[in-house]
Amino acid sequence: MKKFDKERLLLGIAAPLLAIVVAFLVTALVLAATGKAPFNAFGIMFDYGLKADSQVYILNKGTTYYLAGLAVAVGFRMNLFNIGVDGQYRLAAFFAAALGGALTLPGALQIPLIILTAMIVGAMWAGIAGVLKVTRGVSEVVSTIMLNAIATAIIGYLLQQGRLGHLDEAGTKISTTPLPESSRFFEFPTTPTPVWGFIVVAVVAGVAYWFALARTRFGFDLRTVGQSGSAAEASGVDVKKMVVTSMLISGAMAGLIGMPTLLNDSFEYSGDFPVGIGFTGIAIALLGRNHPVGIALGALLWAFLERGTGKLEFEGYDKEIVGVIQGVIVLCVVIAYEVVRRYGLKRQQSKVGAELAAQAARNSDQQEVSA
Amino acid sequence: MANHDIDITVSRGTVHALVGENGAGKSTLMKILYGMQKPDEGTIAVDGEQVSFGNPGDAIARGIGMVHQHFMLADYLTVLENVVLGSEKLYGIGDRARARIREISDAYGLGVRPDAMVEDLGVADRQRVEILKVLYRGARTLILDEPTAVLVPQEVDALFDNLRELKAEGLTVIFISHKLGEVLSVADEITVIRRGTTVGTADPAHTTTKQLAELMVGSELPSPETRESTVTDVPMLTVDDLRLTATDPDGVVRAVLDGVSFTIHKGEVLGIAGVEGNGQSELVDAIMGMRPLDTGVLTLDGADISRTATRKRREGGMAVIPEDRHRHGLLLEAPLWENRILGHVTERPNSKGAFLDLKAARADTERIVREYDVRTPGIEVTAASLSGGNQQKLIVGREMSHSPRLLIAAHPTRGVDVGAQAQIWDQIREARREGLAVLLISADLDELIGLSDTLRVMYRGRLVADADPATITPEELGSAMTGAAGGHLAAPAGADDTRAVNDPDGGEDR
Repeated sequence: MKKFDKERLLLGIAAPLLAIVVAFLVTALVLAATGKAPFNAFGIMFDYGLKADSQVYILNKGTTYYLAGLAVAVGFRMNLFNIGVDGQYRLAAFFAAALGGALTLPGALQIPLIILTAMIVGAMWAGIAGVLKVTRGVSEVVSTIMLNAIATAIIGYLLQQGRLGHLDEAGTKISTTPLPESSRFFEFPTTPTPVWGFIVVAVVAGVAYWFALARTRFGFDLRTVGQSGSAAEASGVDVKKMVVTSMLISGAMAGLIGMPTLLNDSFEYSGDFPVGIGFTGIAIALLGRNHPVGIALGALLWAFLERGTGKLEFEGYDKEIVGVIQGVIVLCVVIAYEVVRRYGLKRQQSKVGAELAAQAARNSDQQEVSA
Repeated sequence: MANHDIDITVSRGTVHALVGENGAGKSTLMKILYGMQKPDEGTIAVDGEQVSFGNPGDAIARGIGMVHQHFMLADYLTVLENVVLGSEKLYGIGDRARARIREISDAYGLGVRPDAMVEDLGVADRQRVEILKVLYRGARTLILDEPTAVLVPQEVDALFDNLRELKAEGLTVIFISHKLGEVLSVADEITVIRRGTTVGTADPAHTTTKQLAELMVGSELPSPETRESTVTDVPMLTVDDLRLTATDPDGVVRAVLDGVSFTIHKGEVLGIAGVEGNGQSELVDAIMGMRPLDTGVLTLDGADISRTATRKRREGGMAVIPEDRHRHGLLLEAPLWENRILGHVTERPNSKGAFLDLKAARADTERIVREYDVRTPGIEVTAASLSGGNQQKLIVGREMSHSPRLLIAAHPTRGVDVGAQAQIWDQIREARREGLAVLLISADLDELIGLSDTLRVMYRGRLVADADPATITPEELGSAMTGAAGGHLAAPAGADDTRAVNDPDGGEDR
């Protein structure tokens, strides 16, 4: 039986690799069409993207992306499309930053408190969509998109002087009150720049995600709902409760997305806090096939692409090229996975048929011999 | 390979039956004859002339038409519109077509009214429309794929009369079935298919069902008969005055179950007969806890479970063989061992506390595969790659592995080959002997009569009749299923009432 597993693994890896290769080919065509040398561009990307400071950048950015991928993947495993990860993490980071700026507790107390606040805010915001879905039948796609817009408005309203906003000394930038020194997360003293310590939390989150899904009753129920709602219901899963619970978990995970930036980098929430990472998370979860290791690879790839193409701008290329590569990768990956999934199922069916036929033939031969 | 070395000769003006177990390759053969699939090798000749069909259009041009098991009619169109759809060129779409339909209908005694709406027709009438559709297109050879699967016995007889009319007019009928009694009563010649190849022909005049069955499976035909009674007087499941309503697409609230009361004792099999769609699925849902009751009380082994969650009911010893195993019984793309956990994730050996016990679950899956003879190369393959019979054996094995007190078996042997059927019957009997209470819902009347200790008939959401399986015949049961008879069905009842056949809305609530 190991044979089937090996094959499945091979097919699983083949799909994203194929997608990435196709994406680079398409990008090369686009570059060639605009009269630029494509392979020179890729050369620059890889050259620059693999330098030491780029490696640090990729790990740090990847940490954020990884958490975003996980948050989306929790929903995906349930067949829930949580597009609202974006609003959830921004609102979570904003309130966590505001709370952190207002308190001056010892770090060992304050850091967990900030993280917990973020997770709770994220969970509550996602929970609204979950409750709406089970009580009123509102599609989570629609409600989370709307909640994203509402989150933007809430942050805009509160991030003003006299509310939760704080004007810096130069009087040019409004942010939340900066966190005290004690609330800064540790760093790995790498050169030339440090790697954020939050990468450890991301790894723990990944392991927890894997363990919860693959090894617990709860995870089994969650996956069952994702695979077949009707079978889950017949098997005794309370599907409604499951929808709300998984939205809460997805939201809590989303709450973590802003934390590496807040605790390791910006130490405050201001207008230039990164936006749109929730959508990046969707792409990465798709690319990583909702698998904790796959998501990690996807997150690093995404960070690498951004880093590499950032350099292209200075070499006379358009920086939008990263959008082309990423877009094509996602498109190809979705197609490739579906093709591979169907092919795999068919192949297994025919293999099982063949193996059983062979068995039956053996049995009847033996009977004839013994007869 | 679905088919190999098939040799079959059908003479004009005969009813030729093609019999074989599920999965023997009958449908594949028919698809080839009807041009839906191309053979890898071999030839087909019509009237001595070698032909090759690229699509069903070619087959129709050669006078071969097919009546599918699942009807392909548009509900909101009239019979006339359905018939001319796609063949507008033949006789137009107006009076000429209407006259032609009447002509065909009268010639073969089909009794089809061209201006009736299809949605108002019962199953048997729809089938006649399908036959007419094929004749209208000029077919001289009709292929009927399991035409009796959806009919009650009286309707089957009427269909056979139609087939004899067709034969008398010189048409040829190829009749696919695995119901041997029917085959013997209507066919002139019989070809038996086993494992994708023709294993023999039989002359219905000199063959018994037993001989035919032996040809079909290469062994003796299993019978669903239960021998000794194991019924006790300890109630296991009591259903009291159950009422369930549903809102249909027009917004009208309608009772799908009303006043349903029964008791199943330990060691008893209670069979529910009924034409599908009369509330059987809703009854199963209600007992499993997937739909809240409007009124009524459910008692399992003395405990009121009317408001209990499905999972608690299952943990309390409720086992289910669902009607639609793909929708409700399996995770098709998950490996077998995950399917073994499905529905029993909170129970040993699948989990310890909040954590799954993968090792024990896998080992127990191996056991089920062995003990219940699930034919699979291993437990890591997906459920989708197993045949229907083996999927069902896995489900039965899983449900029987948690010492159930009540088994809900909805069509437990549907789409299952004869060998697996016998096994499943044995397992139900075995468990019944050990005090299991069984609620059996089936469209196979022989199975119902053979396995049940008590029979009830469901019609339009109510239990309208009861019968003693020891004395009842399928015909009598069939007439109660169409609503033509009620109360206690004692033999001999006036079951041959033709009303049951011609009643336009007899029993087929869709």
